[in-house]
Amino acid sequence: MAILAAVVGIGQTKYQTKRGDVSIAGLVREAAVNALNDSGLVWDDIDAVIIGKAPDMFEGVIMPEAYLTDALGCNGKPMIRVHTAGSVGGSTALVAASHVQSGSYKRVLTVTFEKQSESNAMWALSSKRPFSVNLNAGAGGYFAPIIREYIRRSGAPYDTGIIVAVKDRLQGALNPLAHLQLPNITKKEVEESMMLWDPIRFLESCPSSDGACAMVIAAEDMVAESPKPPAWIRGVAMRSEPTMYAGREEVSPQAGRDCAADVYKQAGISNPRKDLDCAEVYVPFSWYEPMWLENLGFAEEGEGWKLTTEGATALDGGDIPWNCSGGVLSSNPIGASGMIRFAEAARQVRGDAGNHQVEGARLALGHAYGGGAQFFSMWVVGADKP
Amino acid sequence: MSDNEEMITDINVSIVHKYNFTAGASTTRFLFQLKKGVLTGQRCPSCSNVYCPPKGACASCGVATEDEVALSNKATIESFTIVAIPIPNNPIKPPFIVANLIPDGANISLTHLLSECVNEEVYKGQRVQAVWKPEQEWGHDMGNIRYYKPLDEPDVPLDMIGKLPVEGLGG
Amino acid sequence: MRDIAIVAYSQTDCVRSAGAANEVELIMPQLSAVFDQAGLSNSQDVDFVCSGSCDYLQGAAFAFVAGVDALGAVPPIKESHVEMDAAWALCESILKIRMGHADSALVYGFGLSSPGELPIVLSQQLDPYYLAPQWIDTISLAAMQARMMLDQGLITERDMAEVVARSRANALNNPHAQLAADVSVDNLLEQELFVSPLRKHDCSPISDGAGAMVIATVDQAKEWGKPYVLISGIDHCIETHNLGMRDLTDSVSTRKAAKMAGMANGKVDVAELYAPFSHQEIILTRALGLGDETSINPSGGVLAGNLMMTSGLSRIGEVFNRIISGEAQRGIAHATSGPCLQHNLVTVLEGV
Repeated sequence: MAILAAVVGIGQTKYQTKRGDVSIAGLVREAAVNALNDSGLVWDDIDAVIIGKAPDMFEGVIMPEAYLTDALGCNGKPMIRVHTAGSVGGSTALVAASHVQSGSYKRVLTVTFEKQSESNAMWALSSKRPFSVNLNAGAGGYFAPIIREYIRRSGAPYDTGIIVAVKDRLQGALNPLAHLQLPNITKKEVEESMMLWDPIRFLESCPSSDGACAMVIAAEDMVAESPKPPAWIRGVAMRSEPTMYAGREEVSPQAGRDCAADVYKQAGISNPRKDLDCAEVYVPFSWYEPMWLENLGFAEEGEGWKLTTEGATALDGGDIPWNCSGGVLSSNPIGASGMIRFAEAARQVRGDAGNHQVEGARLALGHAYGGGAQFFSMWVVGADKP
Repeated sequence: MSDNEEMITDINVSIVHKYNFTAGASTTRFLFQLKKGVLTGQRCPSCSNVYCPPKGACASCGVATEDEVALSNKATIESFTIVAIPIPNNPIKPPFIVANLIPDGANISLTHLLSECVNEEVYKGQRVQAVWKPEQEWGHDMGNIRYYKPLDEPDVPLDMIGKLPVEGLGG
Repeated sequence: MRDIAIVAYSQTDCVRSAGAANEVELIMPQLSAVFDQAGLSNSQDVDFVCSGSCDYLQGAAFAFVAGVDALGAVPPIKESHVEMDAAWALCESILKIRMGHADSALVYGFGLSSPGELPIVLSQQLDPYYLAPQWIDTISLAAMQARMMLDQGLITERDMAEVVARSRANALNNPHAQLAADVSVDNLLEQELFVSPLRKHDCSPISDGAGAMVIATVDQAKEWGKPYVLISGIDHCIETHNLGMRDLTDSVSTRKAAKMAGMANGKVDVAELYAPFSHQEIILTRALGLGDETSINPSGGVLAGNLMMTSGLSRIGEVFNRIISGEAQRGIAHATSGPCLQHNLVTVLEGV
């Protein structure tokens, strides 16, 4: 019953610490214009706009869709703003896709963004409350204990995270849009960087970036109007679970496993490592690569680190490259990061990923997660119609 | 604009919002008990798990948690990390331990500091004890517990973590 | 396209302050109520959950994450959230059902407006470079809009007072209303000005509360064996953020949304319009071309109680209630967001 839909245009901004040359409106418009140009369409071709970003408290603009409608050519059209914590970039893509897949609209523009240089994320995330101690630990402080538990259970070698940190930055250096351009990064450099929340070192953590990512999604019968190859949406899924409950499996959350199983079923994938050509996965701290390899079924429980250390996930020589774009470790405008994964997966199957292209990629996974690793959104895109 | 002028790239505007933040009925009860020096949790009528700090509902069952349960000052470490970033307005010096620990009688962890320990010798399953501030400093505040410190008691087997009754290992 | 219906609706009373109630405590009773109405147990019994809320109301990031604790989301559920009124969460849910990825959905909204100073909080919804730094509050903006209406001879102060009097009188029959009374227009006009030309009563009150709704395909509703009301159309439309660039005395986007939702396809027995200010009810009524055959805001509207982030959903709920009770056969519900009716949504409901 779902209408077949495809990504027909993708636009991103260069990710960097501070885009002092554009306002928030300018930032999102830049990505949107890039997406429209990529799709060969104009503003009037768009039926609805769907935007997403992380908490309003970051930039301090409440419900920014009101302010951004003009920049996004949305006057006189429907506009929705999605917010699902860190997975928002992915969820926004899914909500946008549902506008078309439901048969309600023919072509939509979706944009996600974060202007972190104009925000104070640490402050926004640690509002003082009397019922919990203010530990200022942030995301790293929350995930580090979970990573330690993964290491304890799997016996993974201490440098697994370091390998990921190097790989993603080397791959990011092939992507002119990536924030961190570190073509000469070495394992030694990562290992010697400051330990922030043991075992997460500074160079194993994501940066804080300004940026926006946009896509145009069209219904099957409109795809041919765009000049470049489409990325057909082959599967869409989202799952949520509570932050905390007795017996919650935190290392490999059930919501992630269920979400992956759902999207694989839709896309006809039974062996993700073999059936997919590449994946763009939300890895904000290096150790999440081996952990998500297991959670997403690319490796058996306890074995994810082996794929990493063997180089299986590297663009150069690996059989299942992960995060060829540089991933979240190279660019992280929080509200957009999820959509960047989804968009980069689409670029791969369109043959449009420039220097970080996986040769002959025809099926790719886009993944995002947020909150206390409790909100997951994923999609599978392909060069071929199902 | 003359060549001598630089582009304005940001403006700094101070916005002040005052909020009368409410803790919620169940959290309020929790805070009142803290003021009396007692750590409490709330039990789910459906799955019997005890939540601390309580939020008024069992997240997995989706039902209200009404029964209040007094918890022990003793706890077990479930997981932890060593943090290098200082906490504003807190005298503790990095590197320090932030731990998820489960008080005896509760079934989920709370997050707190560990001190009076050697960071590298902390481990999962270790027994720890709450160190409260002096009574005259107590407010309606989780900060009444300054930190937890190691306790000389037998380690908790991994599959028993989060399952101890309020009487502890012996109970 | 699949036929989608509303099967259950519940909301809290509109109160000035919910006191010591956190998100979970506010939401859970409403969820229980709609599950009961629909003959369900918890969120595991619906295929999708979507909520609407705004962090800035209660001053805490991720307010909606706390709300997830009320759902019983173990095993994990399909759940999403919009940082908008829950009426837009209803939109997202409808799309999910239309594409066949769900046959039913739970929609809920919640908001505590009492912790902060709402009109000042909402000043931060404006352009962050030019408008927000001036702390222009929502009441002042609405006042300027009312001033334009008066100066252009489009309304009189008496017209505004009549809207309020009718709201207060209607609210006497609404058990959830916060403000209800028998007041005369003359009495209202004697009250002092608040933010000229608005008097305090021309503005909706500050209210805390939550609301929830269960929707499903008609086939699913029949399987559950519950009475239902058809959502025959829903659409929304946003206008420019620049107040000087649109005609504030009209609501072009409401008219457009109503047209796209198919309002004109039948009679409109009842219309619940989300008008936070009295003059805006007149703007909306005229923009939609509603006449004497339509009962406008029989609940008292949001002038009787304004549950931020739920008021849009509760307009839909109020029309649902009246159709289920047989009072009306067909009606529309309107939701709004943004300063001076910038963004508008219209839902058309029909009894079967």
